Amino acid sequence: MSESTYAVVGTRPPRHDATDKVTGRAHYGADFQLTGMLHGFILRSPHAHAAIRRIDVSKAEAFPGVKAVVTSADLPESPEQMVDIGEGAMPLSYIRGNMLARSKVLYKGHAVAAVAAVSPHVAEEAASLIEVDYDVLPCALTVEDAMRDGAPVILPDLRTKEFGEQTGRPGNVAEHFRHVLGDAENGFTEADLVVEREFRTATVHQGYIEPHATTVLWNEDGHVLVWCSSQGAFTVRKATAAVLDLPVLRVSVTPLEIGGGFGGKIRIYLEPVAALLSKKSGRPVKIVMSRQDVFEGTGPTPGSHMRIKMGARKDGRITAAQAYLAYEAGAYPGAMVAPGAMCVFAAYDIPNVVIDGYDVVVNKPSTAAYRAPGATQAAFATESVVDEIAENLGLDPVEFRLMNAAKEGTRRADGPKFRRIGCVEVLEAMRNHPHYRAPLEGPNRGRGVAVGFWFNVGLASSCTISVNSDGTVNLLDGSVDLSGTRTSVSMQAAETLGLRAEDVRPSVGDTDSIGFTEVTGGSRTTYATGWAAVEAARDVIGQMKERAALLWETDAASVEFDRGVFRAGGRSITFQELAAQLDETGGPVVGRGAVNPSGAGGSFSGAIADVEVDPETGKVSVLRFTAVQDAGRAIHPSYVEGQMQGGSVQGIGWALNEEYFMSAEGAMLNSSWLDYRMPTSLDLPMIDTVIVEVPDPEHPFGVRGVGEANIVPPPAAVSNAVYRATGVRLYRLPMNPVAVMEALWQKESEPGGGSLHSDAAA
Amino acid sequence: MAVVFIPTLLRDLTGGRDAVEVQGANARQVIEELERACPGIRARLLDGERLRPNIRIAVDGRIAPLGLVERVSPASEVHFVVGIAGGLGPP
Amino acid sequence: MTHRKTLVRATVNQESVEFLCEPRQSLLECLRDILGLTGAKEGCNDGNCGACTVILDGRPVNACLVLGVEAEGCEIETIEGIARAGALHPVQRAYLESAALQCGFCTPGLIVATKALLDQEPNPSEERIRMWLANNLCRCTGYDKVIRAVQRAAEEMREVRA
Ligand code: FES
Ligand code: FES
Repeated sequence: MSESTYAVVGTRPPRHDATDKVTGRAHYGADFQLTGMLHGFILRSPHAHAAIRRIDVSKAEAFPGVKAVVTSADLPESPEQMVDIGEGAMPLSYIRGNMLARSKVLYKGHAVAAVAAVSPHVAEEAASLIEVDYDVLPCALTVEDAMRDGAPVILPDLRTKEFGEQTGRPGNVAEHFRHVLGDAENGFTEADLVVEREFRTATVHQGYIEPHATTVLWNEDGHVLVWCSSQGAFTVRKATAAVLDLPVLRVSVTPLEIGGGFGGKIRIYLEPVAALLSKKSGRPVKIVMSRQDVFEGTGPTPGSHMRIKMGARKDGRITAAQAYLAYEAGAYPGAMVAPGAMCVFAAYDIPNVVIDGYDVVVNKPSTAAYRAPGATQAAFATESVVDEIAENLGLDPVEFRLMNAAKEGTRRADGPKFRRIGCVEVLEAMRNHPHYRAPLEGPNRGRGVAVGFWFNVGLASSCTISVNSDGTVNLLDGSVDLSGTRTSVSMQAAETLGLRAEDVRPSVGDTDSIGFTEVTGGSRTTYATGWAAVEAARDVIGQMKERAALLWETDAASVEFDRGVFRAGGRSITFQELAAQLDETGGPVVGRGAVNPSGAGGSFSGAIADVEVDPETGKVSVLRFTAVQDAGRAIHPSYVEGQMQGGSVQGIGWALNEEYFMSAEGAMLNSSWLDYRMPTSLDLPMIDTVIVEVPDPEHPFGVRGVGEANIVPPPAAVSNAVYRATGVRLYRLPMNPVAVMEALWQKESEPGGGSLHSDAAA
Repeated sequence: MAVVFIPTLLRDLTGGRDAVEVQGANARQVIEELERACPGIRARLLDGERLRPNIRIAVDGRIAPLGLVERVSPASEVHFVVGIAGGLGPP
Repeated sequence: MTHRKTLVRATVNQESVEFLCEPRQSLLECLRDILGLTGAKEGCNDGNCGACTVILDGRPVNACLVLGVEAEGCEIETIEGIARAGALHPVQRAYLESAALQCGFCTPGLIVATKALLDQEPNPSEERIRMWLANNLCRCTGYDKVIRAVQRAAEEMREVRA
């Protein structure tokens, strides 16, 4: 199929589920009800690090209206195993430990006990009667604290791993890895200019508006039924079954509508707890987190400490680069530092590279993915240094990036070579955009640019398509719909079948009704589940060709299908006409597609930001913002734009305001949206978008997943813009008014008002 | 022969070499051949008969969905990639 | 422990309702858990996200900050009452057609807030729209398409009035 023949792909039909979502009818996690349902409440640790000496639940159990109380003693014991939780595995003991703390609490907000009662208020009141004796221990809150000699040991059994090898070194470093390409030392000696800088970024939260919510019934037949809001029903099933030590067949998960996830609703937090409460009480139990629970008890994304060193020749060629990346894992190993390391220099073709990554345990909630996990921190650091080098060499920042841009065949430091990618095309689109050329006048204003990369994962997806007698189809897939993927998947099926988007009725299946499908994440749903839908549609066409062949007494191989019409030997029949004759030709037609694509390409993204800095208050205002991204092929351009705009704004929030503000004792002091400031409509301009299309050569429509890469460049672009506006470069996120004022004051106090960027070694 | 790229932290087992050429029709055979050339490396990659959790094989720049039985051609490049604990990781 | 309940009489979406609620229950809880109107969402329960926005005697309020007992004698409009006779309200249509929602969790609150704005100001500027909706957090869209949806709805409603 060539581009010009697409009838559905690239158009903007309304979403299939939109009416339910604008009328309030759609059912999200907390909207679900069962008869006889109880309400659960989770008691959480007030300390960041403490040994649990004793838990006494007797007063809570005796409280009127309470039907069950559970602690970690109610969790089953079973041998250690790695549990695959949405591509990537975690030891079962850690998953259980995070569900309900055993001998120690590892962060403020760590779940300790849970109560089920006739109302949420009763459950909460009763939980306050649970007595827990703690021995408070010293805590480590940042990677620097945790890596220091004599730091408090958070997980006593932890030994540093180095590529499959246990080093035997105790401490808080769970994993160290290194990627080497070429000879960095030599590369730096070839450079005319070397810039080395140190960066820190704060812990931030995904900030989805819907708190985690689940309802669980441990049925009398031993079957556990779960209705919840999550990014993947199958992952919830697998993790819940593992924690409860049940076969997966004993757990059924029905995904409800999800009010945002961004990577934060892959892990489970509530399901096994609600299940235990249900088992004890014999009734269904619903648990809905409060906003404070979400901040303190679910995965934020890692804070980081990074050093980046890059060298370039006067002619603009980058000769070497070195990165030190240490990310906060939170209470259990699993900081997103490995993908951070794969992305840190991904935009560039650099012959000599060394990257060291450290996954460091600290006394904060166990961290989780957040839109391009690990890449945003790394890009903030790299793109700041790249900007500094470009300026020192007197080169235009986009041109300098273009001179060094990664392309097909560029080898990444972590090993593999890039296949067809759109880095150059994204940079060219930035250079040619009117925003980049427009004059920016006025004091305290500046323009910054940055680029970023994120992978697409492929992974398993299943889809079935059932043909109705009027020629419409029902489509069932296993991908939770976070942002309109029912439609972007249906459109690919419609295009293949020669139907209109509205001729497809999509729904998202539960774990009993559809084949295994990985989580909605990793920019994979439109890519992989879309691909499964194409396969299912092709299967439908194959079966329908046989029906046509039967009617025409010919060979199925001689039947052709194009844009909704079957043809053979001068005869033709439309998809709709043939659909009406399925009963007489052998019965229903159900197509199936099940894929596990591996060669997904990944997406580059760029940002152009204009800011104004108020020299009196340090407030940074974003005046204009343009996001550019390679979508491969935009199936539904409005949804691609929506991803780009949403990711950009999350990046702007990360850049300017968002952070876990911690007390020395490890308490988050801003665990409400009043104090954890996410961008509001008032803080922003319109977000312009440019969709670049460098089709992925393998996907049936050339799709590249666009859900994530867009968050990567904005913090660096905004920081580079702040520098151009003020002459001061900031090396720490967020760049809130206090941080900006401190940097401005420091600049003034330096002899000759020397700016912070003047110590580049020539 | 396929070229196997050796992760930096395993190069103590290959005498510092960053790539080793070995024969093998699939990833398992490649690892067995590698073990013959560089004893000790198998245990760093496999846990018994399976790939260690969080280690993935990439053949010609793509994560091998078939894991150890993924086919390898004489012109292939093979990489071992660190996955990540607890979340969605890239290839 | 359950507390003594109070009988509250109010008008919800133009129908008279009576319900029993505890003094500590918010209007949001009463709507969702007692009256089964789960369109208004709880995002924070402390007045900072607007997902629970309803119109109370003509003014948009955060239902999580109003007590159920305070609704006595009041007229309340929720997202469930915005569409009439099977037809979407122009504001709902504009959100749908402008792709102004992704996860849709903030959408009921935003639509109710938008309707309250356009009922009293038919032609708000972009600045005014941004100011009015600043109480309604949306984490998915970056607000761009939301603002455009409001402008589109305003235009359509002006045309209908003219
Ligand atoms: S739930 Fe009422 S403002 Fe957030
Ligand atoms: S659409 Fe998800 S929060 Fe607004």
